[in-house]
Amino acid sequence: MGTYLLPVIIGIIFGFVARMLLLRTDFRQYPTYPTGRIIHLSFGFISAFIGAVAIPAVLESDWTAVTFLGLAATQFREVRKMERESLEKIDTFELVKRGAPFVEGMAQAFESRNYLVMFTALVTTLCAVFSFWIGIIGGILMLVVVKFNMAGKFLSDIADVKEAAIRFEGPTLFVDDILIKNVGLEDTRKIITEQAVGAIVTPKNQNSIVTLSFLGQRQAMLHHVATILGSYLDSGEPALIPLTKRDMADGRIALFFLPREKDFNQIKAVLDKVPVLDSAIRMPKEADKHNS
Amino acid sequence: MGNEHAEIIAVITIKPEVIKGGGAPVFVVIDEKELQETSMTIEKVMDASAHEINKDTIIIVAR
Repeated sequence: MGTYLLPVIIGIIFGFVARMLLLRTDFRQYPTYPTGRIIHLSFGFISAFIGAVAIPAVLESDWTAVTFLGLAATQFREVRKMERESLEKIDTFELVKRGAPFVEGMAQAFESRNYLVMFTALVTTLCAVFSFWIGIIGGILMLVVVKFNMAGKFLSDIADVKEAAIRFEGPTLFVDDILIKNVGLEDTRKIITEQAVGAIVTPKNQNSIVTLSFLGQRQAMLHHVATILGSYLDSGEPALIPLTKRDMADGRIALFFLPREKDFNQIKAVLDKVPVLDSAIRMPKEADKHNS
Repeated sequence: MGNEHAEIIAVITIKPEVIKGGGAPVFVVIDEKELQETSMTIEKVMDASAHEINKDTIIIVAR
């Protein structure tokens, strides 16, 4: 086993570094505290270890070890469950909710990151078995792949965001020409006229019309704006809760929200960067709809 | 989000004669100013939202 000690160590190091690169605390504000980070870093370390020792086990034809490693890898499914449960619990206390599909997307990301780490460690060890330097080069290559090729699509890829006027026709609130809701109190109407911002999201093609119609995707947009630009809202103010409504004829989405920061350039920048949720992606254009 | 259950928890009106049936208390007020004030109070107390049916009637809806 002594011959494999160095490759395994290199594999573990690169795997662990990959996990650190993938662990970022951004606007999603999770994980923020060191305790939260420790959980993910130690999971990352374990998966790096599993990935790194797999190659020596195969080379030594130690099939029992290989089987056990395969078993250990399946344990990472638990990561997803753990993330989903804690994020869902937190979500019930948000003013503007993430929505279950967004939470699911995050949980999925956390699980897949562990597999990426395992894969990085595995490839690095495989390279390092041949030579120390090939191992280092392979590891750096894997880090680049892991860091830059794992990003999903953004809203700006599938739709255009435009500012839209907020107006009242009697008690009825409109964003551009899309009806949002009925507001009974003059006081609330005044607040909305002063504070609210409207936006119209126009899908770029047939696929994105269906993707954008997904309620989870729309909730994700509202959550993003609320987390980054703040919101003029408190619990027990259902009249001010941000809403999305869809033009059923052409699939445009109207957003109504009350951000703290009302500069539309910033709002557009935030909305453009909303991730397209995995669960929202629909591709009706790809489907075979003709009888041959 | 989605299809929550909505319920009328109060009706505030200037014209009580146009409202029939029960289920929610009906507050009879004199003019539009009082209509707005009463609706506002009930809306805040109940953490609900006020919706205007017509010039004379506002309903308070809880979800």
